Amino acid sequence: MELKKISENMWGIPKEGKMNVDVRIFASEKLLEDMKKDDTLKQASNMAKLPGVLNPVIVLSDAHQGYGACIGGVSAMDLENGVISPGQIGYDIDCSVRLLKTNLKEKDLKNKKEIIHSLFRAVPSGVGRGSNVNITYKELDEVLKKGAKWAVEKGYGIKEDLEHLEENGCLMPCNPDDVSKRAKQRGIGQLGTLGAGNHFLEIQKVDEIFDSETAKKLGLEKDQITIMIHCGSRGLGHQVASDYIKLMEDKYGWPEFDRELVNAPIKSELGKKYFSAMNCAANFAFANKQIITHWVREQMKHYFKDIKIDTIYEVCHNIAKIEKHIINEKEKQILVMRKGATRSFPNQPVLIPGSMGTASYVLVGTEKAMKLSFGSTAHGAGRVESRTKARKKLRGEDVKKQLNEKGIDVEAGSWKGLSEEAPSAYKDIDEVVKVSHETGIGNLVARLVPIAVMKG
Amino acid sequence: MKYKFLPHTADIKFQAFGKSLEEAFENSALALKEIMYKKLKVKEKIKKRISVRGKDNERLLYDFLEEFLYLLDAEGFLLSKIKNIKITKIFITNKTKKINKSKTEDNKDNKINNEKVYNYKLIAEVIGDNAKNYNFTNNVKAITYNNMFVKQEKDKYICQVVVDV
Repeated sequence: MELKKISENMWGIPKEGKMNVDVRIFASEKLLEDMKKDDTLKQASNMAKLPGVLNPVIVLSDAHQGYGACIGGVSAMDLENGVISPGQIGYDIDCSVRLLKTNLKEKDLKNKKEIIHSLFRAVPSGVGRGSNVNITYKELDEVLKKGAKWAVEKGYGIKEDLEHLEENGCLMPCNPDDVSKRAKQRGIGQLGTLGAGNHFLEIQKVDEIFDSETAKKLGLEKDQITIMIHCGSRGLGHQVASDYIKLMEDKYGWPEFDRELVNAPIKSELGKKYFSAMNCAANFAFANKQIITHWVREQMKHYFKDIKIDTIYEVCHNIAKIEKHIINEKEKQILVMRKGATRSFPNQPVLIPGSMGTASYVLVGTEKAMKLSFGSTAHGAGRVESRTKARKKLRGEDVKKQLNEKGIDVEAGSWKGLSEEAPSAYKDIDEVVKVSHETGIGNLVARLVPIAVMKG
Repeated sequence: MKYKFLPHTADIKFQAFGKSLEEAFENSALALKEIMYKKLKVKEKIKKRISVRGKDNERLLYDFLEEFLYLLDAEGFLLSKIKNIKITKIFITNKTKKINKSKTEDNKDNKINNEKVYNYKLIAEVIGDNAKNYNFTNNVKAITYNNMFVKQEKDKYICQVVVDV
């Protein structure tokens, strides 16, 4: 595989063999070295082999090896000849991030240890801990149809929240009949739960402002307290992906280069059904975070009577969307599949969470992203170290101690989970966002640093 | 050795071994169990029978392992051990329409073909407890086909799996 430098922080793999298009990589030399160590680039070249893929396949600065497509990989598809692939979107459909702003300053949070503990008690997390929201299957169908709006109608949150969510918190078309009974059985007891793994809820402070005009528009200022929620569509979304992978392989077989990149034509009945089921899963994820937002507000009210908590934005990280882009100098509707990637449309807030205990960033989307990366940028720090290795290197107790020394309080379900998410197991988030900013596909607005973390 | 873990940047990769295909499958489930709740001693209170089918061993393994994720999320069932696991090869009939395009024979050959194909069936007894009685946080989101294989090497079987965590 030939790797060419295009310009500063931009690299290319020209198409060769069975590749239909080139691969474009956004990375500094250091981040590129990390990508070379695992299968990231090989998986990107596989993405370029799918039928109907548009030039080029995008690899973002936080990319690492996934299954099927790499994490941090974007492919755009022609609607006529292209395919949709669950392995290019991810099992955790719409694993995403919501950012809330408060009218508090860091100095107001003297009892943050107690506060994070109360949030930990109010928001169910981990595995096997059920939801506090009891709904019927009929109501679940409404969740899948309406997304965050369902939650607001039920009294979880306010209408204004919806105005600040990607697609107002509801993706369409979304027919709940396209979601299997099995997927619904997995999801029905998990609405309003954080989950485990890399999912978290964090109290942060605005540490630095890079773009004061945009920050002002978003209502962000230095030392202000923000709250970030990172979770996805839980078991329902995982099962949707898995169901359609199997339906697609039964109907169309699978590509010889990776069974996980099994796909269906976008125009086919099965392709359309998957798109609709995927949207349902995303709507579950939107409703999920809407409910958690409500519980965060309720808890915070106990401590601060006049607290005001508003939603800044929520962005999807694992999703496929039909969007308008300029292809061969003409505006065209195409399908953009983002796996571990964030949409970065002009003036849209881009939220990039760090790993546990490191900074997170707010960026703003750009015109340049529309030209260079199908309106996409990075989604997070990206792992550099396996979970097993992280666990061997550091004990959860040590990770907690290190975080406490930095002034960060932690609530976690288990020591093991804590050690696996040790900040040293991740790429340098500062480097990841720097590449986005310098290549112009997402511009820096503000840096947020954690002061208290809750992890599933 | 029942199973071993292999390096993988983001997810978890393992190989499970067995003298028979059944044993290799059973050990794959035990590897999955270790990823999620290594130190828990799960009581043997609930017994269930599971049955999955697949057109090849990889699909059978994928569906077999996924069953535990499903049982945990949907029914709160936490696996302790597996008993009486059996994999059999069965015939199923695929009804396919064979269309003869040869002009000389016109339409008379457009008949239904009863094509017999092999399929694999796994049945097992799974024993465990209600997850509510335990506290653990390591979720496995999904089983994947990435780098998956089931193969026979001399007198042993090897299953390789990457799970999304």
